[in-house]
Amino acid sequence: MAPVDIQIGRRPNLEGALLGDTDPATQGGYSEHPPRMGFFTDTSVCIGCKACEVACKEWNAIPEDGLVFTGMSMDNSQGLGASTWRHVAFIEQRKPIAAQDPGIRHDTDVLALAGQGSGTPPDQAAMTPTTPGADGEFRWLMASDVCKHCTHAACLDVCPTGSLFRTEFGTVVVQEDICNGCGYCIPACPYGVIDQRKGDGRAWKCTLCYDRLSVGQEPACAKSCPTNSIQFGPLDELRERADARLARLHEAGVADARLYGRDPDDGVGGDGAFFLLLDEPEVYGLPPDPVVTTRDLPSMWKHVAAAAVTLVGGALAAFAAGRRI
Amino acid sequence: MSERTDVSTASSSSDVTTNGLRGVRPDRDALTGVATGKRGRRRDGKRNGQRDGAPTVPAAEFTSYYGMPVINKPVWSSLDIAGYLFLGGLAGAASLLGAGAQATGRPALDRVSKAGAFGAGALSLVGLVHDLGKPSRFLHMLRVFKVTSPMSVGSWLLAGYVPLAGIAAASSVFGKAPRIGMAATAGSALIGPAVASYTAALISDTAVPAWHDGYPEMPFVFVGSGAAAAGGLGLLAAPLTQSGPARAMAVFGASTELVSFERMERRIGMTAEPYSQGRGGAYVRAGKVLSVLGVAAALLGRRNRVVSALSGAALLASSAATRWGIFHAGMQSANDPKYTIIPQRDRSKGER
Repeated sequence: MAPVDIQIGRRPNLEGALLGDTDPATQGGYSEHPPRMGFFTDTSVCIGCKACEVACKEWNAIPEDGLVFTGMSMDNSQGLGASTWRHVAFIEQRKPIAAQDPGIRHDTDVLALAGQGSGTPPDQAAMTPTTPGADGEFRWLMASDVCKHCTHAACLDVCPTGSLFRTEFGTVVVQEDICNGCGYCIPACPYGVIDQRKGDGRAWKCTLCYDRLSVGQEPACAKSCPTNSIQFGPLDELRERADARLARLHEAGVADARLYGRDPDDGVGGDGAFFLLLDEPEVYGLPPDPVVTTRDLPSMWKHVAAAAVTLVGGALAAFAAGRRI
Repeated sequence: MSERTDVSTASSSSDVTTNGLRGVRPDRDALTGVATGKRGRRRDGKRNGQRDGAPTVPAAEFTSYYGMPVINKPVWSSLDIAGYLFLGGLAGAASLLGAGAQATGRPALDRVSKAGAFGAGALSLVGLVHDLGKPSRFLHMLRVFKVTSPMSVGSWLLAGYVPLAGIAAASSVFGKAPRIGMAATAGSALIGPAVASYTAALISDTAVPAWHDGYPEMPFVFVGSGAAAAGGLGLLAAPLTQSGPARAMAVFGASTELVSFERMERRIGMTAEPYSQGRGGAYVRAGKVLSVLGVAAALLGRRNRVVSALSGAALLASSAATRWGIFHAGMQSANDPKYTIIPQRDRSKGER
């Protein structure tokens, strides 16, 4: 991927600015731009190595984000924030691991055959090394979370300084020399991605390695992922790849596998970074049906206008009634 | 990115031998659980992945990731931002009261309202700037104008409103430049209602469940609360002979606020819980009690200066308590994942 000449034209139209499937870079005013780039994070092959977390920190020079022991399985970074742009979630469940079966049957008790040479006879032992456990009733889910780079990004919509902007790749990036730390983007994000860095005051989040993309390289997390759980590429291609992967998993009996953020008709117009999950989104700390808050903003402004008129009416009535009370 | 061969046989084709790894590493194409040909039959005779009619795990009402919040809660401080909501409402409504007082010849109410409007407006601006992570960059708010950002709209409103309210107040208090004062009064009365109401969109245009879900009623709660506060200020500081409109404004404001709040709580269902629980709930309850007391005192004590002043103070306190309550309820709803997950879960079930 070579650096691309970018032309900034006039803002096309407001239709599609808040809703539905659209090309965000075109919406953002780029008349010519490279294809929309994104991540497909396939959690079914994530091994929880956290290489993505480390690579992200190293490349982006992100400060330490708290050295704590949480007791939340292997997760000590807890969630996305100003200084955690990739976060690996660990979930331990008493659930069968899909259709996994090691194919070993202990029909013969080898210890019994070895005779009662020493120690507790196996049939009297509570447990031996070959005692079968509850059949597959344990699984460990791991998933690397990241900024979703929404088609309709609430953080970008509500930013009053223009610090957050849409890149030519269709991603969403904070300009740190512009951000004044108003904090509006933080509660606007339906995924809890962006946050304020203490002591710095500004809002920070994943840039999808805008600097690397600009020179034709893939983001640091995808580069470092040893299992290709994090896949980077043009969004169209990633969606095709994800659909094929989902079909294969379903075929293999992993009925719980599902894509998250892939649908361009969802509440945020589809995510630029989407996922293959093995359980409900909320299990991973993701909202089940996120909606960009600005979808309701036209209606909000109408209600605000009606309330302002009500206030004027109330004031007029107060002066009309003011003589009597 | 490197191109990879399509590995249709996946994991079964790779093998670790004394000579190293044979076959292809499964990599991104690894499948969960097809290690052997015996796939699909378990010890208990059930097929893997198959369910006996009922799901393996009973559908939990609500699951979350270690009880962690889904969204990041606002980093705003309650003094700055709840204070800002209160002062903005007071200022906007007081500008209307001041303009009306000038038009109907009530000079004391005129002075009090305009001075209050400017003081509250200026102080709210201080709160807004103080709350910024980088206060030195507050002028970056005026780099752009974005209708999709209520904070951008509000910054421009305040940038226009506060100077006008200042000129109107100065002219009224010092009795100078009546024409300019009149124009500034008209201007601030025009922008005032927007200043009092836009803050509802400011907090509703977030993913905070208690704030977002209440967006249709929130502007009415806010203008009602603002009108009650401005009326309260008039009752507190203007003489009985001139405070009639302030009294009427207070009654109008408090009743609008109470009715709209009640409607909001009933409509939004479970996300309204924080408005009646915890710290937020305590503030909201205090606001309601003070509001009812204030209105009762305003109506019953209209010939008594002291009772009127007390009612005014109660109404001001009620407005502030309501704003603090809404602020903290929003924080509570952001902190508890159930307010994010359960309504979304119900919604997506409804669509299916």
